Amino acid sequence: MGKVRVMVGTHKGAFILTSDKKREHWDITGPHFAGWEIYHLKGSPVNPDRIYASQSNGWFGQVLQRSNDGGVTWEAVGNKFAYVGDPGTHQWYDGSQRPWEFKRVWKLEPSLSEPETVYAGVEDAALFRSGDGGQTWQELAGLRSVKGDLWAPGAGGMCLHTIVQDHGDPMRLYIAISAAGVFRTDDGGETWRAINRGLQSNFELPDASAEVGHCVHCIAMHPSHPGTLYMQKHWDVMRTDDSGELWYEISGNLPTDFGYTIAVHCQEPDTVFVVPIKSDSEHFPPEGKLRVFRSRTGGKEWEPLTKGLPQSNCYVNVYRSAMSVDSLDPCGVYFGTTGGQLYASTDSGDNWNTIVANLPPILSVEAQAIA
Amino acid sequence: MIRVTLPAQLCTLAQVNREVELQVDGPASVSAVLDALEVRYPMLRGTIRDQLTRERRPFIRYFACGEDISLEPASNQLPEDITTGKQPLRVVGAMAGG
Repeated sequence: MGKVRVMVGTHKGAFILTSDKKREHWDITGPHFAGWEIYHLKGSPVNPDRIYASQSNGWFGQVLQRSNDGGVTWEAVGNKFAYVGDPGTHQWYDGSQRPWEFKRVWKLEPSLSEPETVYAGVEDAALFRSGDGGQTWQELAGLRSVKGDLWAPGAGGMCLHTIVQDHGDPMRLYIAISAAGVFRTDDGGETWRAINRGLQSNFELPDASAEVGHCVHCIAMHPSHPGTLYMQKHWDVMRTDDSGELWYEISGNLPTDFGYTIAVHCQEPDTVFVVPIKSDSEHFPPEGKLRVFRSRTGGKEWEPLTKGLPQSNCYVNVYRSAMSVDSLDPCGVYFGTTGGQLYASTDSGDNWNTIVANLPPILSVEAQAIA
Repeated sequence: MIRVTLPAQLCTLAQVNREVELQVDGPASVSAVLDALEVRYPMLRGTIRDQLTRERRPFIRYFACGEDISLEPASNQLPEDITTGKQPLRVVGAMAGG
């Protein structure tokens, strides 16, 4: 792999950036789908020229776009997301029950092995799969049977925002929902169970260790260590070493354990990145200093990474899907902010550069090494 | 032929000019026009009306001969000026956003 592509979803369109392996100079195209919210774009690991994009807005709803040439041209594919049967109700903010209603696609996850298979995580929370490149979608409805009536929306909606495929077991998938928690399937999506043991939500839930209801913001895995997952929860940074059977806290010396995003270094399975954010209502970096924190010990011990990042008067946020790593050596790390800045590090976070400074608010960032 | 004007964002999505012409077989209603529109431009499915319920999306309005007909039954016969192509059926995205 000699090049890298960074796909950026924003409130007002998508941008695609490419560079050689030095990652010093970037070609930028966009805005693609100008004026639309692009919650997520992602390229297929099997066919890197195949990219999917979730395009939506409040007027015209959900559109799914697909490119077969690395984002040069696009075609609209299927956007019919029908829940299986009567989806029933879920919990609303006030504790009442509210009917399930499709709103948008938050996450697109192309299969690791099947070129025409892609998963979609949607709001109201459900997981859909397409086996024909996004033309048609089928819900994996067993997920909602895991106490779906007790799931509730987070502030951003009741969204299935993270999909993680197990690199060692094609039948195993993890998904995360705000605010329901983490769920795992071991049979390709037919049946699911909640894997939230060890999570403590003392301020959010009447039962702090409830089976479901936790506001999980993001989870991440290193491909070579599929049993280990890292989590940024509403509060607390967590880790599991047994595929989610038990989580334990690794927040350690972070200035705040609140945040949205988390990522794992592409070569070092014990190196983890988070961006601490001040909460509960402020949602900007502590002290106005934009700092990525890195742990090289799998958590608990964290160091601030600041070189090249604003260290005063910075009041942006970094959303849950807005950080990504490439698979080059040394590892490239990328993240985007609500202020429209896209930052990149080509040395595992030691130094940061601003690739582009004035995009619309950034919703998602995905890096992909390409030939 | 029935003329239909579309919001700019849907024109971009369908890669058409502001106005399209459609052949509608049988009685011409909003529903029949949208059926024909979605057959010819499948990328517009779900953007004007819900794919499952076929209900108009909340921020979409329909205008015929200067009248807002959004709240009328979608099966109602359209005015003669629309069915003869003298005037377009206008699909409008609501002004909103503050």
